[in-house]
Amino acid sequence: MILVFVEIEGGSIKKSSQEALTYGADLATATGDTCSAIAIGDASAVGNLGQYGASSTFAVSGGGLDTFTPEGYSYAINEVANTNGANTVIISGSYTGKSIAPKLAVKLGAGLTTGVVAMASTDGGFNVRKTCFSNKAFSNVAVNSEKKVISIVPNSYEVKSFDNQAAVSTVSIDASGVIKTKSVSVDKVQGKIPLTEAELVVSAGRGLKGPENWGMIEELADVLGAATACSKPVSDMDWRPHSEHVGQTGITIKPNLYIAAGISGAIQHLAGVSGSKVICVINTDPEAPFFKAADYGIVGDAFDVIPKLIARAKELKAS
Amino acid sequence: MNILVCLSAVPDTTTKITFVDNNTKFNTDGVQFIINPYDELALTKALELTEANGGEVTVVTVGDATVEPVIRKALAIGAHKAIRVNTTAQDGMHAAQCIKDAVSGESYDIIFTGRESIDYNGGQVDGILSEMMDMSLVNVVTSVTVDGSSITAVRDIDGGRETVTASMPCVLSAQKELCEPRIPNMRGIMQARTKPLSVVEPSGSYDATNYVGYELPAPKQGVKLIDPANAGELIDLLRSEKKLL
Repeated sequence: MILVFVEIEGGSIKKSSQEALTYGADLATATGDTCSAIAIGDASAVGNLGQYGASSTFAVSGGGLDTFTPEGYSYAINEVANTNGANTVIISGSYTGKSIAPKLAVKLGAGLTTGVVAMASTDGGFNVRKTCFSNKAFSNVAVNSEKKVISIVPNSYEVKSFDNQAAVSTVSIDASGVIKTKSVSVDKVQGKIPLTEAELVVSAGRGLKGPENWGMIEELADVLGAATACSKPVSDMDWRPHSEHVGQTGITIKPNLYIAAGISGAIQHLAGVSGSKVICVINTDPEAPFFKAADYGIVGDAFDVIPKLIARAKELKAS
Repeated sequence: MNILVCLSAVPDTTTKITFVDNNTKFNTDGVQFIINPYDELALTKALELTEANGGEVTVVTVGDATVEPVIRKALAIGAHKAIRVNTTAQDGMHAAQCIKDAVSGESYDIIFTGRESIDYNGGQVDGILSEMMDMSLVNVVTSVTVDGSSITAVRDIDGGRETVTASMPCVLSAQKELCEPRIPNMRGIMQARTKPLSVVEPSGSYDATNYVGYELPAPKQGVKLIDPANAGELIDLLRSEKKLL
């Protein structure tokens, strides 16, 4: 059995978990295996995960599992994996997934591969493609162990729709004995799309001259339904929060569209965004290195170009 | 309070990545190695915590002799002693296993890592060590305060932040914003030469995963330039040519 950990948030399954589930279902088809989902905590919201590829769902609750902790969740997944003979566990590379996968791999005695961006090749062995050097390259990793934990980069595997009916079995697990950490408070940015999950991103750099000029970037993002991001100097100068910094030492993103205004495209910035499917660059300097990595370019002033983009996007939205 | 900081030596962030031996090996020719930026934050925070609460900072690195300049830099920044495990780690699990074996018999209140290394981007060692050594885990932390036998940390979560308390011993992984890295001064550099650096051999072999080969991303087809006077056309092209928006 291939077991896929899914995160339920606000009554629905997170997009990164849908991707992980499709990955698990496709892997199950390729290897003649079955794919089951595991959700922890808010079991009432699970619904039919068959539409994302699961053939059955384990809805786990019990002591110590009401709120997320890496030790509690990895304990529960390990229990379900062992009880049901799951040899491969797929986890999305969200922050939550990143804190569970390593602990689970140790419990299972599994080989662990994180940063995976493509379906495993299973002819004669088990090889996966992962990012390395912060998106500057990819590597092919052979997983030799019988048990495997695979962590998938968000936005790297396309969600498919399936016709399965996944029956939900409720499982009660008491993890209270293993809990070592306690969540005191959660502070979520309201009404904004998390950058790592965003399909569209509008980003800006030092070319914007000051934090007071971000209004137009936020407006463009708002019209397009995009998340906002920024370059390293901008977050270093506290013009924008560090959670918006994309690049080698910031967040690595893989949106369908990345629009960058006033960012020259230093190698460290490119590392964080080069996985984007379409890149648009707006810069006054025609020699800016970012144009070499771009699909579309506008050599012009962001203060002139961005309002035009907003106007056109609004026009098309209205029509 | 005794703190272990796990360091990784990584190529400088400006490095142009290339491969040799039929794309099976990273080309280290002319590459400058640095302390992994997130590990440098972990080291600095560990020093701040021991300066406030007493105790020592030990750094540990898995790598061959070529990583020693990076270890000496960590000692120059202020770490008290260093351990090098004399092997090249195959992956995060292997590195964590080597670290665990190298420090068996020692006890640490906190083990600090970076949230990931900027070369293999595993982000694994923090969680693996916490599990292997039965310690609590808070990953991707942007602030840490020590309060008796527990810590309070703020960690990044998807789309926000979470404040967490954890019992010690505890594994923490550093995220940007945790602190400002320190630059070693001349006194530190002189002292680093005589600080203890022990080299230990790895125990056992490891083969759960191995890197088979590498490739570089396909280059872009070339940029399509749009007249800034008609900048709005970009929105139309994204819709018609790329089926976006």
